[in-house]
Amino acid sequence: MGILEVKDVNKRFGGLQALGDVNLSIAENSVHAIIGPNGAGKSTLLNCLVGKLIPDTGSVMFDGQSVLGRKPYEINQMGISRVFQTPEIFGDLTVFENVLIPCFAKRDGAFRMHAYEPMLAERDLVAEAEAMLDEVDMLAKRDMLASYLSRGDKRRLEMAMCLVQQPKLLLLDEPTAGMSRADTNNTIDLLKQINAKRDITMVIIEHDMHVVFSLAQRITVLAQGSPLVEDAPERIKGHPKVQEAYLGHAA
Amino acid sequence: MDAIILQILNGLDKGSAYALIALGLTLIFGTLGVVNFAHGVLFALGAFCAVAIQGLFSTSFETIDETRTDFLGNPLKVQTPYVEAWFGETMGGVLLDWSVPIAILLAVPVMALVGLAMERGLIKHFYKRPHADQILVTFGLAIVLQQIIKYFFGANPIAVPAPDVFQGSFDFGVMLGFDPFTIMYPYWRIVYFGFALAVIAAIFAFLQFTTFGMVVRAGMADRETVGLLGINIGRRFTIMFAIAAIVAGLAGVMYTPIVAPNYDMGMNFLVLSFVVVVVGGMGSLPGAVLAGFLLGIIESFASMSAVIELIPGINQVIIYLVAIVVLLVRPRGLLGRKGVMED
Amino acid sequence: MLGLNRKDLILFLIVVGLVVFAPFILNPFPEDSGLARFNAGYPDLMQRFVIFGIFAIGFNILFGLTGYLSFGHAAFLGIGSYAGVWMMKLLTVNIVPAIIASIVVAGVFSLVIGFICLRRSGIYFSILTLAFAQMAFALAYSVLTPITAGESGLQLSLNDPRILEAGGGSSIPAANFFGLTMRDGFEWALGGWVFTFNFGYYFCALLMLVAFYVSIRIFRSPFGMMLRAVKSNQQRMNYTGLNPKPYTLAAFVISGMYAGLAGGLMVAVDPLAGADRMFWTASGEVVLMTILGGAGTLIGPVLGAGMIKYFENIFSRLNERDLNALYDFLPDGLQGVAVSVSQMFVGDGWLLTLGLMFMLVVIFLPGGLVEGGQRVSRLFRRRKKTKTDDPEHHPQPSPHVGE
Repeated sequence: MGILEVKDVNKRFGGLQALGDVNLSIAENSVHAIIGPNGAGKSTLLNCLVGKLIPDTGSVMFDGQSVLGRKPYEINQMGISRVFQTPEIFGDLTVFENVLIPCFAKRDGAFRMHAYEPMLAERDLVAEAEAMLDEVDMLAKRDMLASYLSRGDKRRLEMAMCLVQQPKLLLLDEPTAGMSRADTNNTIDLLKQINAKRDITMVIIEHDMHVVFSLAQRITVLAQGSPLVEDAPERIKGHPKVQEAYLGHAA
Repeated sequence: MDAIILQILNGLDKGSAYALIALGLTLIFGTLGVVNFAHGVLFALGAFCAVAIQGLFSTSFETIDETRTDFLGNPLKVQTPYVEAWFGETMGGVLLDWSVPIAILLAVPVMALVGLAMERGLIKHFYKRPHADQILVTFGLAIVLQQIIKYFFGANPIAVPAPDVFQGSFDFGVMLGFDPFTIMYPYWRIVYFGFALAVIAAIFAFLQFTTFGMVVRAGMADRETVGLLGINIGRRFTIMFAIAAIVAGLAGVMYTPIVAPNYDMGMNFLVLSFVVVVVGGMGSLPGAVLAGFLLGIIESFASMSAVIELIPGINQVIIYLVAIVVLLVRPRGLLGRKGVMED
Repeated sequence: MLGLNRKDLILFLIVVGLVVFAPFILNPFPEDSGLARFNAGYPDLMQRFVIFGIFAIGFNILFGLTGYLSFGHAAFLGIGSYAGVWMMKLLTVNIVPAIIASIVVAGVFSLVIGFICLRRSGIYFSILTLAFAQMAFALAYSVLTPITAGESGLQLSLNDPRILEAGGGSSIPAANFFGLTMRDGFEWALGGWVFTFNFGYYFCALLMLVAFYVSIRIFRSPFGMMLRAVKSNQQRMNYTGLNPKPYTLAAFVISGMYAGLAGGLMVAVDPLAGADRMFWTASGEVVLMTILGGAGTLIGPVLGAGMIKYFENIFSRLNERDLNALYDFLPDGLQGVAVSVSQMFVGDGWLLTLGLMFMLVVIFLPGGLVEGGQRVSRLFRRRKKTKTDDPEHHPQPSPHVGE
């Protein structure tokens, strides 16, 4: 039993079969990459995992519980965090507040009204947020507004916001999209560090094969909405079916 | 049965006004992405074009007619409108009588100018600002325009009658085989409904059959792509804004014989027209028209005395209630596209 | 002190000082000078300053923090007023039950209306709130006349039950706070000046200070941070395990209760409630106050409310004679032109001025007076320092909360 079990998931948009009989089992504390050509259904699958979309049929079990029909914030409370293709952060808040918010969310759940005590009075949470910022080397930018950060820093901040919640499963949607080579390598190092230090499962959706092969322990290739192959990285390289999916029959 | 038909007919004229204003709002929102809180005032400006024309035609000079005397025995002072002096008594009378339709000739250029000035001078700078800013700045503009109207025309409603030919009512009852005088419908309302239909048809034909319209429709669907094709969408949008202003103005001109225009009439219509747009589906032109007529008719039914006795005050709030229900149950509106502005 | 940090404490103390010494500050001109008309230190106006200050502070908690633009907040003010007058009619002319009732009733209404309106966001939210307010207005004018007294407005009468009060008496007792009559006060003549100290004003002012203090606490609390997060990025909030809806609803209800308090105080100083208080222009006015001062800032709404009420008072009282006097230095022809142009903006034309101010602020100063002040002070600071300022080119986080 993996930590995330996807069984027979189907999703149609009008006449388009976006996902067809997707089965996926993701082992705990592994780094699992999902790759595939454009339009293969990677993002649709991810959205089904976090509650943004509801599959037409099938089941998605996380840690023994179904996630279907739950709201995104409920799924997050179960222990799934998500990193977006373009970093989604609170641009009008400071870097520090960006990290403090998930600390509150983890401790207090989806809603609790602390309207009177100053937020800085929560010393435990403040310390936790600062430690997290330190871990991702952003303590110096603590009081900057998040929207002024560089793209690489925004990505770092977003990771920090996810990690401070200590999720069991981290979903990464093309975490290096649009990054320079240097930033990409930094991100790879950061992810490696995270994986080494914590008990965390990661699912990465990625185009950049350099990233995929640097990180993933298992790879699923998705094509036209269905898993084509699932195997270890070294066996995915040069797999005829994979080449076919990416390059068409001419290969 | 006859009561039902009467209510439907009664709903049509208000519905026509709603539909025309909502059509303009939708054009502006769909093309420019701007929420125009000043659109209701454009309707009022149109109405006051009719008031202005009537005022102009009835501007008189005073002469003393020595041959006649008033009841005190003094020579009678006679007011002669300039139009009668210049064009002869008959022609002058006809002009004054027909001031509402003639006001259209004034309203079109005036509204076009106002529309152009608004878009170029103000709205253009707000395309990239948040919706809240657009709402606020057009709201401010609405107050300003409304006060300017008040400054020139005063705070009291000014009646502008329809031409004599259209005075009186048409007996629909007889035509449909009911008793006479059961379904009486004023001629001018028939004219208004027909006029509204003609304007709506003209707008749809314009969008459907001209290249200009095609580009605008494409722009409404996907503004960025059209911009990338190298088409100067901005200029077309300016023109669309002027057209929307003209439509609102025309709706106002022709509405004057139905309700005497007041300087704040625009805002009442605006709030209702927004509701209409929301019910019809933000960005959907057919939706705006359909919802306009529908809400006009629903309002008219809610105003029946039998209904008011049953649920007091329902006539005052029915439109808002419908809007609230629609927004909650079907946020994209009756004919709105899925995924467009559903939040 | 008071659980505030140094900066907030200073701000709060400044506001306390302004409010306490308002009768002096607002009466800078001697009574018999020509400028006395620009004085604002009389009870009626000072009460309006603080009452609308409360209204705007509350509105700012919703609009400034969450970014949800309500166009129907005056409805809660009106509802609060009606509830207040009814308490005074039924129970006692002591204003305490009236004020409590106006807060509670407005809170209940805002909970229901907010729950429905917050199903949507953006323009839809604005239109929904507007629709509700218009509905409340229309109902108050028509069917609900037995409760609202329709056009004439709801007021106290001699026949009211006032069950908590000893009956009898040949006149309606005056609104009071445990015996302290709201309209009471005393005047202090000092040289050419006359300063008026009015109990009603100080009572409202005290409540405004409480409201302001609470709003500072909310701004600095985790709840306030969550509200800013709602404005900034709801998607991220959802994926951080937070449900934005109850946060926004709580803000909506709090701001509705502030509006109710303002409505209650309005009837406490003048026991009369009319439906026109709920008209959409009144809702627009509070939006303008908040924006003019600076939405999302602590002090902004108070400044905005004071400014607008002050200008309303000055502008709407000016008449042709005043203008003639004002332009006396011009040659006759020019004077006539100047007077007739200015006449558009004063007296009944005050709304035109208001509309223009609205537009100018939104166009040129979206951050309001607070941002304007910051820009000016930054300009001065830059002049003082040399060009070595800002070596690393740190972007200036301009209109940050509470500055």
